[in-house]
Amino acid sequence: MSKFQALKSYKSSLASGYRLLPFRFTQLHGDEYVLSNLIGEFVILDRAIIGQFAQGKLDPGGAAYEELKAKHFLIDDDSNVAVDLLALKLRTKLAPLANFTALHLFVTTLRCDHSCPYCQVSRANDDLREFDMSEDTALKAIALAFRSPSPVLKFEFQGGESLLNLSLIRFIVDEVERRNLEERRELQFVIATNLALLDDEAIEFARQHNVLISTSLDGPEDLHNRNRPRPGRDSYARTIKGIGRVRKELGRDRVGALMTTTAASLERGREIIDEYITQGFHGIFLRPLSPYGFAVKTKSYQSYGQEKWLKFYFEGLDYIIDLNLQGYPFTEYYASIILRKMLTPFQPGYVDLQSPSGIGVAAIVYNYDGDVYASDESRMLAEMGDKTFCIGNVHRDSYEDIFLNDRLLEALESSFAASAPMCSWCAFEPYCGADPIFHHTTQSSMVGKKPLSAFCNRNMAIFKGLIERLRRPEVKEIFERWAYS
Amino acid sequence: MITLDTRAARFSGEAPTLERHVVRLSTNALRPRSLRKREAYLMGDGPVPEGFAWYVRVGSSVEGAEGDGHLPLIQLPSDFRYLADGDILRVFPAKSLVRAIFRKGASINSFLLTERCNNLCLMCSQPPRNVDDGWIVDEILETLAHIDFDVPEIMFSGGEPTLLGDRLFELVQASKSFLPRTSLHILSNGRSFADAEFARKLARIAHPDLMVGVPLYSDLAHIHDYVVQADGAYDETVRGILNLKQEGVPAEVRVVLHKQTVPRLANLAEFLARNLLFVDHVALMGLEMTGFTKANLADLWIDPADYADELRKAVGILDRARINTSIYNTQLCIIDRSIWRFAKRSISDWKQEFMSECEGCTVRSECGGFFSSAGLRYSAHIRPVAKIECVS
Repeated sequence: MSKFQALKSYKSSLASGYRLLPFRFTQLHGDEYVLSNLIGEFVILDRAIIGQFAQGKLDPGGAAYEELKAKHFLIDDDSNVAVDLLALKLRTKLAPLANFTALHLFVTTLRCDHSCPYCQVSRANDDLREFDMSEDTALKAIALAFRSPSPVLKFEFQGGESLLNLSLIRFIVDEVERRNLEERRELQFVIATNLALLDDEAIEFARQHNVLISTSLDGPEDLHNRNRPRPGRDSYARTIKGIGRVRKELGRDRVGALMTTTAASLERGREIIDEYITQGFHGIFLRPLSPYGFAVKTKSYQSYGQEKWLKFYFEGLDYIIDLNLQGYPFTEYYASIILRKMLTPFQPGYVDLQSPSGIGVAAIVYNYDGDVYASDESRMLAEMGDKTFCIGNVHRDSYEDIFLNDRLLEALESSFAASAPMCSWCAFEPYCGADPIFHHTTQSSMVGKKPLSAFCNRNMAIFKGLIERLRRPEVKEIFERWAYS
Repeated sequence: MITLDTRAARFSGEAPTLERHVVRLSTNALRPRSLRKREAYLMGDGPVPEGFAWYVRVGSSVEGAEGDGHLPLIQLPSDFRYLADGDILRVFPAKSLVRAIFRKGASINSFLLTERCNNLCLMCSQPPRNVDDGWIVDEILETLAHIDFDVPEIMFSGGEPTLLGDRLFELVQASKSFLPRTSLHILSNGRSFADAEFARKLARIAHPDLMVGVPLYSDLAHIHDYVVQADGAYDETVRGILNLKQEGVPAEVRVVLHKQTVPRLANLAEFLARNLLFVDHVALMGLEMTGFTKANLADLWIDPADYADELRKAVGILDRARINTSIYNTQLCIIDRSIWRFAKRSISDWKQEFMSECEGCTVRSECGGFFSSAGLRYSAHIRPVAKIECVS
């Protein structure tokens, strides 16, 4: 039929040549490199092919060309709609920035019934009321929170043990709900608690105001109790009982748990994961220990190295992958955050992996005494004597004073990964974040020297580890589920 | 397969007109007299009421019904026995033509808006003709006014409906005005919507339940352009989808599965998940053996059993990305059981058939079956499904 043309007559690129779109590349291992584009789509190519690609010599009939074209690394005479699509995807990734601060953390008290050696914030004897937030401080903090343009406002109550000051939480929630009759924001409330003191009053309060419960579970009983001492040595029993109560009385999805990794955890990854499964969780966040607060003072932070932690992480991740392959859906949340960046058009709202950094602009902390911190880590750092990231006080400073504070702006600007040395040309930059506080703490520099940075080394290893695992089609399916969940 | 068209209608009596026009059928002998003069009465066994523009008799000879011979009568072959109250006919007495253009009982009623098209798809089931067919729009405008209020869905297809320009918007507005509770599905190649103003005009009508179905055949431009035989079509179609969604018009991506589209189906699914995640529906559709498909069969035919794996992969990718996905025009016995739940019974009732291999199949009532045109070529792997095993 002469009215139909052959395939090759529609492939102008055979003669037209191509133009490069922005991309970066980083060695995976040996001659294999990861190339990523502006928004984190990636391909794995041999060094020689990358050379041909960059020199404009790539064969337009080859598989590498087609993959690079489909994933928006080049445009040619056949198609330039990639530019429109890249722009749209970049806007989608950056759009959440315009909402500004959504997460508002209230340190309602520093008092705590536990005395965990790794505790990243100071605690105090539990009858000293001077470590409680006052109603006046709370009112001023609430006023600041409502200055945020974010359509969603999340109020999270932290401690110390936040339930030791439930009356203030009640006061804040009532006031926020009252103001919201006019503000019409979407509200979320979270109480971070060890659950040891969960009583009927707290349960009823959480039910009435649709409050989520976030707790700590470090693993099996002996490990948990060793990590989290309290009088009676019954932290585990109380936490498990509390989790059960919340599930039964508020709903199975109303409680989440976080684990803290200690030197004692490192050999027990499977047991910790099994504990989470036993307790009915469908995911776990395998967290590194952060270098703040008591963790540094007690040498916990130095007590295990990056290598050991990465081994722990990947053993845990592979165990979780196997569980999924055997038909039990279970998520590792740190991987799922990164996979969401790698595999979807979305930008997850996780403060530690954002660039510009999420400090202040994604989350903000109101301390019990009215001091405002750019992040939870900033508060921990202050407890160690460094108040660099204390960016104001609710009694003294206006919204503008706080959010246009030079120290905050400088930290955001100087650490912005897309322009930071070594980050700006790293293929993993679209997945990574800026962490000015970590680098200030460990290297006295907002930017930091990345080869010396535990943050960089750890995340690079995880990015590569995830990309390696994505090569297995059956694992890719699991990772896609995590990424879109 | 049911017959919609006949050139063998017998007209007798005193015809109100010999020109082409549309009439609504009524079986209600007590229909208000003021309406009878523009409707046709579908005759049954009872007495013949007075005052209808036409009287329609299906099948058996017309003894007695002619009365004095003046009764304006249309006699149709028995194939038209499905006709019912509320259906609408195009009648053209001068040429003995009758076509059922609307059937109230059909799951979907499709209106061909024009035969003109700016694509020339290798597998087009409705090969385009460059003719002046503007009369069709007038006819549909008239038909829409006669359709009963509670019809669930109508479809505008072609040809390429957007080539009508502003007349398309006239039709969409009429659909909204006369049938505000009826879903409207427009099948378009999307290219005209690359003009943002064109997309905006459609959006401004604010039809309450509109979906534009747009074909996209590859993640690579030249393959799409080859399938639709139009250089540059891919970029226009993608920009068209972006503009529709930008303007808040729901859009669906439709992929016809054949030898040219199947090899990169999983890549296309990834492309959709990554770039067009906001589309409202993706339909993966088996090939219909009509129109140009017959001429291009060598370049198009692949046994669906041979692409079952690609289909399973693509559906998995789309589903994990939480894109609403359907498989159309396929048979359950040749797709992976894990994706059965995506298979819809999509073939219009008047085109749907089953093969002799289907004898004894226990899932026939859930199966999409075959286009009536499938006799030309269908999968060599069709087999009756004995029983539905428990799938955990």
